[in-house]
Amino acid sequence: MPRAFTPKVVTANHLLEGDVIYQTATGWTRDLAQAEILEDEAHAELRLVEATQQRDVVVGAYLADMEPTDAGPKPKHFREAFRMRGPSNYSHGKQAEL
Amino acid sequence: MYHYNDFDTAFLAERNAQFRAQVERRIDGSLTEDEFKPLRLMNGLYLQLHAYMLRVAIPYGTLNSAQMRKLAEIAERWDKGYGHFTTRQNIQYNWPKLRDVPDMLDALAEVGLHAIQTSGNTIRNVTADHFAGAAADEVEDPRPVAELLRQWSTDHPEFQFLPRKFKIAVSGSEVDRAVTKAHDIGLRMVRNDAGEPGFEVIVGGGLGRTPMIGKIITPFLPKADLLPYIEAIVSVYNLLGRRDNKYKARIKITVHENGIERIRELVEERFTAIKEQFAGFDQKLLSKLETSFAPPAFKTGNTKGFEAARLTNPAFASWSDTNLSAHKADGYAIVSISLKAHGATPGDATADQMRVMADLAETYGHDELRISHEQNVILPHVHKSDLPAIYAALRDAGLATANIGLVSDIIACPGMDYCALATARSIPIAQEIAERFDELKLEHDIGPLKIKISGCINACGHHHVGHIGILGLDRAGVENYQITLGGDGSEDAAIGERAGPGFSADEIIPAIERLVLGYLDLRDSADETFLQAYRRLGAAPFKAVLYPDQAKQNAA
Ligand code: HEM
Ligand code: SF4
Repeated sequence: MPRAFTPKVVTANHLLEGDVIYQTATGWTRDLAQAEILEDEAHAELRLVEATQQRDVVVGAYLADMEPTDAGPKPKHFREAFRMRGPSNYSHGKQAEL
Repeated sequence: MYHYNDFDTAFLAERNAQFRAQVERRIDGSLTEDEFKPLRLMNGLYLQLHAYMLRVAIPYGTLNSAQMRKLAEIAERWDKGYGHFTTRQNIQYNWPKLRDVPDMLDALAEVGLHAIQTSGNTIRNVTADHFAGAAADEVEDPRPVAELLRQWSTDHPEFQFLPRKFKIAVSGSEVDRAVTKAHDIGLRMVRNDAGEPGFEVIVGGGLGRTPMIGKIITPFLPKADLLPYIEAIVSVYNLLGRRDNKYKARIKITVHENGIERIRELVEERFTAIKEQFAGFDQKLLSKLETSFAPPAFKTGNTKGFEAARLTNPAFASWSDTNLSAHKADGYAIVSISLKAHGATPGDATADQMRVMADLAETYGHDELRISHEQNVILPHVHKSDLPAIYAALRDAGLATANIGLVSDIIACPGMDYCALATARSIPIAQEIAERFDELKLEHDIGPLKIKISGCINACGHHHVGHIGILGLDRAGVENYQITLGGDGSEDAAIGERAGPGFSADEIIPAIERLVLGYLDLRDSADETFLQAYRRLGAAPFKAVLYPDQAKQNAA
């Protein structure tokens, strides 16, 4: 039986800055809370294709599992939690910049 | 040391101009990421979790003060004020912006550094013993040979698309400080019965998902045959190595599948066929290189100040006990500067620290610095009378940690704090272990112990050859750490054995503590190291302290 689709966001790295970005309904954001949460599989696939086509803006777009909460999407996996925050040895990356 | 000639300088300028144009074309959209990625990787530019990463080669780990200052300047101008020294004698910058990278490469070229062949299926940065040219136990300085190999391999037309990456390490001494047995080719300098220097040649070592100890293909290769013989090995591999499966493509698998006897036959055949083509050119180049690595003019003088400082300053005495190694010149010592302050990120140095080390090298160290695969910085030539002044300057810069070779001198790869391939973090584990043993104040009682941590199966942190190895994995969405025991990266190289089930991030520090305290009970005297005790007793008593519940069950 195919697994049920779970909510996701489209995420990638920014071509020039290299940092983590998330797709919104209208563009891109660095703040996961602003990201567009995708609850429908076909729509998610479409949004991913659209993201991938913006090759002068983004690198390596993919769908990441998220849990929808009142405060916005929450990463399911610790890798996404680190991408959202930055490294643990210095206060660099998003935890320092957002 | 070796200085670039006009050819090198022009070559590098052209390569950098080429890459600058490629970056422009990527930014204006004329190159896709699929087209650009192999180009950027050829120039040492990776994309990691939070940012790009630029990996700069430090050939055979040798730097002068001007180069170190340039690394500091780059860290400040285009990064976040620090750099990360790695197990492959590279420095990595974790935060460059794509547009800045061509400028960074031009800045590096000003001091003869670059990022070429730090990636891709080519012959990578040749690594060497970090005590090269200084160690008391050395047969010969391995760096002329390493430089010869670097010149031969850089842009070698036949070897730009090998089945997989290819790493060569050279040790100038029979004591192996370059982990030669875990490289695609390892060269260990030895003397034959007639006293002539040559190489024990080792092939097919490697770590990663299938760790293997290299096998001796020839116990003694005369120095004069080196280049044709190495070329023969690489070209046999180039034809025979598997291109159908990335995980079976390294020469370790080729050797494993074909057997060392078959490989030896093929290499000998090829060697005989190509030897004449070298026509002594390589030997002329080598003797030129040997003059550029001539030892500095060592000074003479008494070392009374050093002895006196040892008596009056216990902290200095402790530091000089752990951080100095025997030098071949009278009155000299090799200084290892620890980049492993308790709780710091292994291998990281700030721009200010880099400048302090550059100044010390210039003032006291014949302008030489080395980067070790253990992620520390070396001042290879220091007269003992200068040690108290050096120690004081290091202490002021937070660089005087007295822990070389001890439990907190941990190798750790960047892990999931930076690396896109990681399955778990490694840096925080290293930080916590170091802090814990610092609290226990047992580090010096424990003695020599190598802990090495990797954040995934690729084993960049050398965990397979750690006396205690730690491998970070993702077990059902949670970080999990597996322990291996009894690994060794020296001339008696061994791959560590898995101790048993992994530990969570919370359990791993107490587990390491149990293991090390358990060793203190198990050793037969304070002179028996962890590794010796492990070899004498086998894994069982160590597993019993690691998994006390299970041991209890077994006893019941
Ligand atoms: C962008 C970050 C990195 C990537 C993508 C990466 C990738 C890899 C991969 C895929 C392997 C396995 C090769 C194989 O088994 O065929 C490997 C091995 C290795 N890497 Fe890295 N690595 C990274 C960072 C580092 C760092 C920071 C170091 C030094 C601290 C390092 C040193 C090594 C070493 C020593 C090995 C094992 C030796 C061998 O080649 O068998 N790598 N790396
Ligand atoms: S071992 Fe894995 S996590 Fe660590 S640097 Fe290498 S690829 Fe990254």
